[in-house]
Amino acid sequence: MAEIPIFDLALRVVEKAHPGEQVEAYVTRSRTTEVAIHAGAVESLVVAEPAGVGVRVLLGDRQGFAWAGSLDPDIIDEALGAARDNATFATPDDSLAFATLADGAGEVAELDLWRDDILTTATADKVAYALAVEQATLGADPLVRAVESAHYGDSATEVAIVSSLGVQVAKRSTGCSVSTHALAGQGSATRTGYGFSAGRAFADLDLNVASSDAAKRAVRLLGAKQPATTNLPVIFDPLVTRSLLALVGGALGGEAITKGRSMFVGREGETVGAPNLTLVDVPTDPAAFGASSHDSEGVPTRRVELIKNGVLTGFLHNIVTGRRAGTATTGSAVRGYASTPGAGARALCLTPGPNSPEEILVAAGEAFYVQSVSGIHSGTNTVSGDFSVGAEGLMVRNGEFAEPIREVTIASTLPRMLSEITAIGSDLTWFPGGAAGLTLLISEMTISGS
Amino acid sequence: MAITHPNQADLLESGVVEVDVLERVLAKALEGGGEFAEVFVEDRVNNAVHLDDTRIEELVSGRTRGAGIRVLAGATTGYAHSADLSPEGLLKCASAAASAARGKSGGTHVVALSSPARNRQGETVPPESIEKQRKVELLNIADEAARGRNPAIKQVSATYADSRRRILVANSDGVLATDGRVRTRFMVQCVAVGDTGMQTGTDAPGYTQGFEFFDAINPESVAVTAADRALTLLRARPAPTGKLPVVLRRGAGGVLFHEACGHGLEADLVGRDASVFRDQVDQLVASPLVTVVDDGGFEHGWGTSAIDDEGTPVARNVLIENGVLSDYMWDLIRARQSGRASSGNGRRETYQDLPMVRMTNTYLVAGETNPDDIIADTEYGLYCASLGGGQVNTATGDYVFGVTEAYLIENGEITDPVRAAQLIGNGLETLRLVDAVGNDFDTWAGTCGKDGQGVPVSAGQPTLRVAELTVGGTARG
Repeated sequence: MAEIPIFDLALRVVEKAHPGEQVEAYVTRSRTTEVAIHAGAVESLVVAEPAGVGVRVLLGDRQGFAWAGSLDPDIIDEALGAARDNATFATPDDSLAFATLADGAGEVAELDLWRDDILTTATADKVAYALAVEQATLGADPLVRAVESAHYGDSATEVAIVSSLGVQVAKRSTGCSVSTHALAGQGSATRTGYGFSAGRAFADLDLNVASSDAAKRAVRLLGAKQPATTNLPVIFDPLVTRSLLALVGGALGGEAITKGRSMFVGREGETVGAPNLTLVDVPTDPAAFGASSHDSEGVPTRRVELIKNGVLTGFLHNIVTGRRAGTATTGSAVRGYASTPGAGARALCLTPGPNSPEEILVAAGEAFYVQSVSGIHSGTNTVSGDFSVGAEGLMVRNGEFAEPIREVTIASTLPRMLSEITAIGSDLTWFPGGAAGLTLLISEMTISGS
Repeated sequence: MAITHPNQADLLESGVVEVDVLERVLAKALEGGGEFAEVFVEDRVNNAVHLDDTRIEELVSGRTRGAGIRVLAGATTGYAHSADLSPEGLLKCASAAASAARGKSGGTHVVALSSPARNRQGETVPPESIEKQRKVELLNIADEAARGRNPAIKQVSATYADSRRRILVANSDGVLATDGRVRTRFMVQCVAVGDTGMQTGTDAPGYTQGFEFFDAINPESVAVTAADRALTLLRARPAPTGKLPVVLRRGAGGVLFHEACGHGLEADLVGRDASVFRDQVDQLVASPLVTVVDDGGFEHGWGTSAIDDEGTPVARNVLIENGVLSDYMWDLIRARQSGRASSGNGRRETYQDLPMVRMTNTYLVAGETNPDDIIADTEYGLYCASLGGGQVNTATGDYVFGVTEAYLIENGEITDPVRAAQLIGNGLETLRLVDAVGNDFDTWAGTCGKDGQGVPVSAGQPTLRVAELTVGGTARG
């Protein structure tokens, strides 16, 4: 198959729209490399070009959808036919609409998110880099006994969004990361530590950051014990804060809000957090890994303020949720080709506070520093606000790390946690995963142990 | 089994690929000097209907079709995949895989495939034969049943989903095999609103079978189960914290054993030194009451198939027998490296993914105790009727689990519902602490994630008790 530009493929689908119907095609194609290393050897090398198309058909106020993980013209035609047929069974909904050129009109962020070196760097050099991060992890600390696995991955992704209402968007971005899992200690006393480095360009990666973080995080947990149940101030590592923000961002999404499935429903204008809490989504910031000039409906993205000084000021909307809520899209449509657009954050960010992480450790008194959490999806509920997750980390006393802790859960409710944020670190760092991290101090959570 | 719908034909019968092309592609894949090559072809159709807030919000049709080609050279696996199933597309893909894993023994190869091992599920009612309107009606029935349960049920969403996955595996050892699987699932989620806020309840049975699924599964009862879970949580109080005896109702706790011990018994993790079960074969690793089995052929199980995604017939594999670790689960690569046969546990999410060791239907075998006696014999503890997702660090065995429906046990009786509990423990410890195993049994369907790939699995278990588990609730101490 000769490679047809995806923008042309999207145009061809939309040209087949019947009179009286609207058609939208969302097409993506990526070039990806994945390397897995174990014990000094390449365990696997995957070089691939995944691609797919999602077709939406709007028949009046009924929508049908179909997708295909293939750009084969016959299969794309089949998807268009299936979407058309599916529309006839849907309940009419006058909130349904595709984006028009008027939506989100205004400035389009000029973002250069593509780095050629992802494609020009030889695969052999990427493999060598992954091997090097494994070696560096082993050498980072004598207590690291092995590396569970080391990975390198990159992607260069193109997206085309074309609709019969005139939307014609083509965007592209690159990204890469290297990661490693260090093992320290023997048998059931084994502790693991994760480290990574991510960037847009291959040249952005720093394997020393990945390897030293992995080693440090495994080694400092050696000898960890389960403490007695107690209530304590809790300090979140920036990676844990990132996960917390992603949860909060989900509850601020237009779908959750308009369907009544969020703890933030009906609370606009009310105090939902501590006075120092300001949360925004900034997909227009090129430093964010989730940066994007347009959203997944082809609407220009913009900065969306969600919480200001503790007061809930906004939600994240796509076309449909915006109409349903009686407002407008915020350029926050997110999707892959196999689903219709949702509404969510791409680059959540808390306004940093004045204090360094070290100062926060001092301010905390006796506290639990949470290095990592587990079960964040099973243990949290953004409807009821319940929050109870597994955690490991270190005790903090007199401003310094003390004994390591494992096999505990930390529990509270999300509303209580947001209102009990007593310090926000100055250490803002963008991570892959739709949010930035920084050190966070929460005045009290229940630590369940023995 | 007779074919009543053209989609029941396998990928050879329907002409998606030809045997002589597969032989040429495999020979091409070995030109870079690899010692083993494999072609995996997949054609999958997904259909779903979503109801939300009384509206049929969306019908979704999806199609995935392509091939993945794998070449082994020493310890390295090279992999390439393509959606182009033409002979040229497959040969190009074979070259890419060959150059990703270069070996020492280049040259010309001839691959002769054996006559195909064909498998067919033989679902009695192909989902393609059912009108979309009928699937829509099932959702409306569920919506009404959930709303009718109690005015406190304010939101109902429901999904009907079916999938047909046809695969073909051919490799340079001469293996040629096909399989076709149909899965059907019905999910209902309810939101109940009361004085204590909003609570959600879900039920989502799924089986490897066609539309005959609805002979046994009634949309109303799925809806009522989901609604009752949400309603129960409305009157639940915060869960206690600390170490407690925990009784897991039949079916509810299988997922805990899937996470807490199943993953650690996967040979790839064992080989990577990322399992607490390493070097433990023939050792007592669990209470003698515990026998754990992984059975890829469990009738209608959500993780059931005839062959795995490497062409190996699935089997009933005993992993732990009366507390003693008998074997790990194996895929082709890990088995080749260890000079043994695969156990039929090599699975992948799609043709775009490398296979790895995965569970299928994993269950703890029933014992002899009446489940009522287990509760009566527990003075104070937690009774878990439904678990949410969980997560395990296989290298340490530490796991965590969300509890979605639970009650206190006080003086041998189930009393008040509690909410927002997490179970946290260590797999090895938990297995040793099982001190009562019931004579009942049920299963649970879910998606197991590993290294970014999700595959359908089921987990099962009788009602059983763990003498002591850490419960992380929100009741402030």
